[in-house]
Amino acid sequence: MSRGGLDQNFNGIKTKQLTVQKESSPILFKDLINHIVENYISNKKDLETFIEEDTIRPGILVLINDTDWELEGKEDYELENGDLITFTSTLHGG
Amino acid sequence: METESKSKREVAREVAREVMPSKILSDSNLKVPVKRPLKVKSLCEVCHARKAVMRRPKNFSSLCKECFYQAFETEIHNTIVGNKLFYSGESVAIGASGGKDSTVLAYIMKILNERYNYGLNLVLLSIDEGIKGYRDDSLATVKRNQQQYEMPLEIVSYKDLYSWSMDEIVASSGIRSSCTYCGVLRRQALDRGAAKLGINHVVTGHNADDVAETVLMNLLRGDTARLENSTAIMTSSSGSPIKRSKPFKYTYQKEIVLYAHYKKLDYFSTECTYAPEAFRGTARQLLKNLEAVRPSCIIDIIHSGENFKLKEKRKRETLQYKKNCRNVQQIKEGNNKNIDNPIEVRSDGSVSIFKGEKKSANGFVDGNRCEKCGYLSSNKICKACILLQGLEHNRAKVLIDTDTSVDGAAVLTKTLEKLTF
Repeated sequence: MSRGGLDQNFNGIKTKQLTVQKESSPILFKDLINHIVENYISNKKDLETFIEEDTIRPGILVLINDTDWELEGKEDYELENGDLITFTSTLHGG
Repeated sequence: METESKSKREVAREVAREVMPSKILSDSNLKVPVKRPLKVKSLCEVCHARKAVMRRPKNFSSLCKECFYQAFETEIHNTIVGNKLFYSGESVAIGASGGKDSTVLAYIMKILNERYNYGLNLVLLSIDEGIKGYRDDSLATVKRNQQQYEMPLEIVSYKDLYSWSMDEIVASSGIRSSCTYCGVLRRQALDRGAAKLGINHVVTGHNADDVAETVLMNLLRGDTARLENSTAIMTSSSGSPIKRSKPFKYTYQKEIVLYAHYKKLDYFSTECTYAPEAFRGTARQLLKNLEAVRPSCIIDIIHSGENFKLKEKRKRETLQYKKNCRNVQQIKEGNNKNIDNPIEVRSDGSVSIFKGEKKSANGFVDGNRCEKCGYLSSNKICKACILLQGLEHNRAKVLIDTDTSVDGAAVLTKTLEKLTF
């Protein structure tokens, strides 16, 4: 799920499997963001390294099934079971 | 005047936010939906055959993996050829940290060298700062890269060069100034490593984001002396045989990360365990926020930086009577040659001799060498030696009377080197 040092914010967890439950309304990417913020960021101080103004902080590369999320509708992408979401920070040194 | 420029800036921002997306849609017969029905897969704009997987920040074009590789590699090749970075048969050291930028650099240099017959002799050069839990792990990555790319690897360590590892420096001087020490020492270490290998050219993985960030930082600090040269793709000082260049100067960080990801390159990604350089971090954040609004701003900042030209500094006229005084004094000392050149008598009784070096507009003196270690420096004593002196001062308090080799063998050698007549 996350690579590039971001795992430090998630208790060192690198991958996590989530299940999308079929409901009446589709589950969008922004719901996933909220879910991550509420459940997986152990230290609330780290929030700003992941989230900025209710979306993923600029500088974090988001891939949905290995495709740039900018091509997939970003926060409004409709999640499906089996989707692989990758977060990679580009912010640290090279 | 100020309000006018402000409104212009606002207009530009509006344009970036509103006009550009619609323009892109009309320009490229993309299948990106306007009303965003989800799950529409856009096709690559170049081959129109495969699924687009990424959007290029510099021009918003959507490309498939294959076309992205092609564009990415070709652009770097064009940068290299266009700027005549290398000559055939040259030995080039690749500054390798094991991070994404330098790993992609090593990979790209290898394939371009083979594809376009640059005729380069490539070597990996790594610096071991001595940071446990960070550099030891990333060096393991570099060692794997050495195998994967079949290149020789040279590792030079702070401990060997300066008799201090970063861990010791931080223990002695605190975490706050760690980046200051590390940055100054690394610059020298790369040069010395290259000199050790007999190589005169070091390439580094600095990318467009880094260059733009540096321009921004120098601008924000009012550091005009650095501003003018901060975008140079190749830097070399007269007097130093080692030049440095940045083949990734126009390459976006996002694309480097994507390239490494899609190519499944073996790189190491963990933040340095010590505090990040505070001001650079702020500048980086600012830049990332700007990029989110207008991705081309990174290239635009570099373009602006390239065109900054400092106004020639006005030379202060030395009053005639002062000149006369000095000339008289020098004639008294029997030194007729250096009339008009000031001679400085230092506290230790030595006298500086000016060989008519050209002082550039920003005050840097070319070809000047540190009196302590012989490294190229704009001051009498280079920054690394000043920092190390401060450290030694602290260490003396900690260690008791056992250490006689405080100055280290390296310093002694360099002192001897200086004694040429």
